[in-house]
Amino acid sequence: MNLNYEFPGEETGYAFGFLDEYAKKEVRRAILKAICIPGYQTPYASREMPMGRGFGTGGLQLTLALIGPDDTLKVIDQGADDSVNAVNLRQFILHTCPGVAATEKTEAATVIQSRHRIPEKPLTEAQVLVLQVPYPDPLVVVESSEARRKTMHAEGDYSRLLVKLYEDIVRFDEITISFRYPTRINGHYVIDPSPIPRWDVPKLDQSPALVLLGAGREKKIYAVPPYTPAEPLVFEDVPFRVEHFLDGQDRRRACVRCGATDSYLDEFSNDQDAKIFQCSDSAWCSERLSRQRREEVPA
Amino acid sequence: MTQKILEVRGLSRIYGHGCPMCLASTGPEHDTNVCGHCGSIVALHDVGFDLFRGEILGIIGESGSGKSSTVKMLYFDDTPSAGQAIFHDEGQRHDLFRKNAAQQRSLRNKRFGMVYQNPHLGLNFQVSAGGNIAERLLMSDVAHYGEIRRRSRDLLARTEVLPERMDQNPKTFSGGMQQRVQIAKALVTRPPLLFLDEVTTGLDLSVQAAILDLILEIQQELDTAMIVVTHDLGVIRLLAGRTLVMKHGRVIEAGLTDQILEDPQHAYTQRLVASNL
Amino acid sequence: MGYVAIKGGRAAIDGAAAAAEFLRARDESGEPLRLSAIEHQLRLLTSRVISEGGLYHPRLAALAIKQFQGDTLEAAFALRAYRSTKPRLMALPVQPSTSMRCIRRISSAFKDIPGGQMIGPSYDFALRLLRFDLANEDPAAFQAVARRFLGAAPPADLPDSFPKVLDALRGEGLLPPVAASQGEPFDITREPLVFPVSRSAALATMARAETGSLLAMAYSNMRGYGDVHPTVAELRVGYLPVLVPHPVTGEPMEAGEVLMTECEVVAMYESGNPDALPMFTLGYGACFGHNEVKAISMAILDRALQKGMRDGPENPSEDPEFVLLHVDGVDSMGFASHYKMPHYVTFQSDLDRLRTTQDKARAPRTEVGHESKL
Repeated sequence: MNLNYEFPGEETGYAFGFLDEYAKKEVRRAILKAICIPGYQTPYASREMPMGRGFGTGGLQLTLALIGPDDTLKVIDQGADDSVNAVNLRQFILHTCPGVAATEKTEAATVIQSRHRIPEKPLTEAQVLVLQVPYPDPLVVVESSEARRKTMHAEGDYSRLLVKLYEDIVRFDEITISFRYPTRINGHYVIDPSPIPRWDVPKLDQSPALVLLGAGREKKIYAVPPYTPAEPLVFEDVPFRVEHFLDGQDRRRACVRCGATDSYLDEFSNDQDAKIFQCSDSAWCSERLSRQRREEVPA
Repeated sequence: MTQKILEVRGLSRIYGHGCPMCLASTGPEHDTNVCGHCGSIVALHDVGFDLFRGEILGIIGESGSGKSSTVKMLYFDDTPSAGQAIFHDEGQRHDLFRKNAAQQRSLRNKRFGMVYQNPHLGLNFQVSAGGNIAERLLMSDVAHYGEIRRRSRDLLARTEVLPERMDQNPKTFSGGMQQRVQIAKALVTRPPLLFLDEVTTGLDLSVQAAILDLILEIQQELDTAMIVVTHDLGVIRLLAGRTLVMKHGRVIEAGLTDQILEDPQHAYTQRLVASNL
Repeated sequence: MGYVAIKGGRAAIDGAAAAAEFLRARDESGEPLRLSAIEHQLRLLTSRVISEGGLYHPRLAALAIKQFQGDTLEAAFALRAYRSTKPRLMALPVQPSTSMRCIRRISSAFKDIPGGQMIGPSYDFALRLLRFDLANEDPAAFQAVARRFLGAAPPADLPDSFPKVLDALRGEGLLPPVAASQGEPFDITREPLVFPVSRSAALATMARAETGSLLAMAYSNMRGYGDVHPTVAELRVGYLPVLVPHPVTGEPMEAGEVLMTECEVVAMYESGNPDALPMFTLGYGACFGHNEVKAISMAILDRALQKGMRDGPENPSEDPEFVLLHVDGVDSMGFASHYKMPHYVTFQSDLDRLRTTQDKARAPRTEVGHESKL
């Protein structure tokens, strides 16, 4: 034991973006490869981060590898900027990336890291969306061996997955997959688009923004490049349906806060045990609300 | 003139390292597959035959004869040590053992059918009977749910599986019904070539008879070429126009089924025929 | 209005941290734990965290244990995260374990071995009876323990290093000779595992795996989901000198030493090749720190995985994907913990599906749903 050893007095000298340059280079190379092969799960040596595996380390490594001091960052979880996980990640990124600005406004962000939602406001070519992924491989439900799954992906053989959908329709007259709906990218690889609801899947198709998906624990990066076809797996005669949010009288529910009838809603019971619905995308809801308030005030 | 659909030449399979003495010390004359010098097993040696479009070829022999191994090689369940197989299909000539894995899987999924003696090899017990057939259709790029249901229902009806069984798991079916589902599954892509490996062995006699009748009817309707592997002369007599007799990995006799049954040349065949009549 | 507030996450996190800190500081004695106390009096705990963190830094491991209030998974995680930020200075050449300065060295395969059976510090033969005299230990008595032991120790006449038991077996032709090194060891911190993996990748993964996970899998093999039937040829615990090539001359220089545990297990014999004689097969386990259960488990799994990779796995402990993907404590703990995070958007999606399905089931079925669209 080195008797002269002393602990550092405080946290010293993290590189910009926490990851060392070698790690960032590796992530960037994996990103480039993922973009060149849309939907292909590119393996990479995922680094340990100070938050747990399962808390978005894959998405985080993507963001840290890409972000620069002139970027503007938005981080959301379940659509909310102030959700605990989002707060935690945002603090960490801002702390390790001095100069980066943060925003809650979707349109102002250049990099958006998200867990389980795609923002309601359409994204632009100037933006990158980073999604956090627990399970990169949609075939994991029908085949536990990764080596065999790789062969199935390479041959475009998704018949066992499609049989699952077939059995659903036989039993329930519906495909019962709710989130993580298997989606075919650029006509070949089928991806797990991360636990976004069905509502968000159509946003991947021909998206002007680059969508990157990172699985830290499973150590895979994959991508839906801009303007790329992204088709949820269906049968020719069984269409893809999003969540309907209809009440018992077939009326589309509205957000209790801003009145929106065109966004994904969170459902909860209030103190009087009544059911209320509210926009999941908090920035979207707040913007609608402030626009309404401006309109209410006479000019 | 009927065309050839399959030409097999020099098909061989040795398990183990092999040595110069293997061939000379195994075979019908030595009454063994196992090489006394190195312990390797000569499962197949120099098997060759032609199969014509729409014909049923029988392969008969005891266990260890190599009859099942022959079909395993052709269906890509195993890789031969030597030999060539040419499959003629839709004007194309496919050199089967020279194809890569993806091409072999494509032929297997779309142009061949296989029915195993053991339903666990041919059926997926995690899905329903209809699901098994759907899986095969999905592998050949049929993507219309209604059409999948219709074709599955039709084929199960054709193979006399009760309609209410379609959405049940074949785990609960009798052996005979499992074989019917396998046959339906194998035929749903209308393959020009079907392999049947001991498909009635182990079933009750009356069930066997019904399945054999079914196979004959289907063959007449769809004009599918078939290779029927069995140890049972009765099956051969009923189904096969031509037959190969195999023993210890070699073909010892080949020809028209009638002729072989009436006038067997090889001593082994003679014993086989005599013991069955 | 009745809507849910969408602000407040930051305050919640800060509150949680304060509550955890409070529990850490709630000791009636009012004395903060000294790192040296953890490092020495809880040395086996520290060993475990060093080994699972994959970073040999006993003092830092002690700090992590203190910070995370004894949770080994969190402490190992903190070490790994710390290591993640450190620059890579160089990769060392392979270090021979024969040069280990042993504090403990035993073999179950033989009654006696060259150099002798040195039991060393071990609880193997201790009775698991609680020692109540430790409850209110007098500091003077505590200090006397070390003084007494060192005072009574005879002058050292131990050799600097001990021969390997396995080398004797190799000399007799009962074990295959050591294979020439095949290229560089696989670096699991730089390359992802893509199956099939090399043996060095499997060993590296297991060397920093979570002890309990390895133990459970090895136990399954011992109990019958496998047929390794191991005998411990040698178990060593000691200090391995770390030799670093001199930057100018290239001569190996001792930069320090690491405490580690190494176990070599002899298993069922087999004939690799029909021309050769049958020989014993070998399983190898090694890890940082003093952790015998981990090294033994690792050696058994090494053997099981070699068999599984060659012949195809017949049970989970022989399946490389099953073992190597599920023994990392940081990965597994993180994922288990993540279920505590908000999942209400996905749950809402599930509710939609179930409600739709229930509605369909309730409605009278006049036609067979999708099949009517033929």
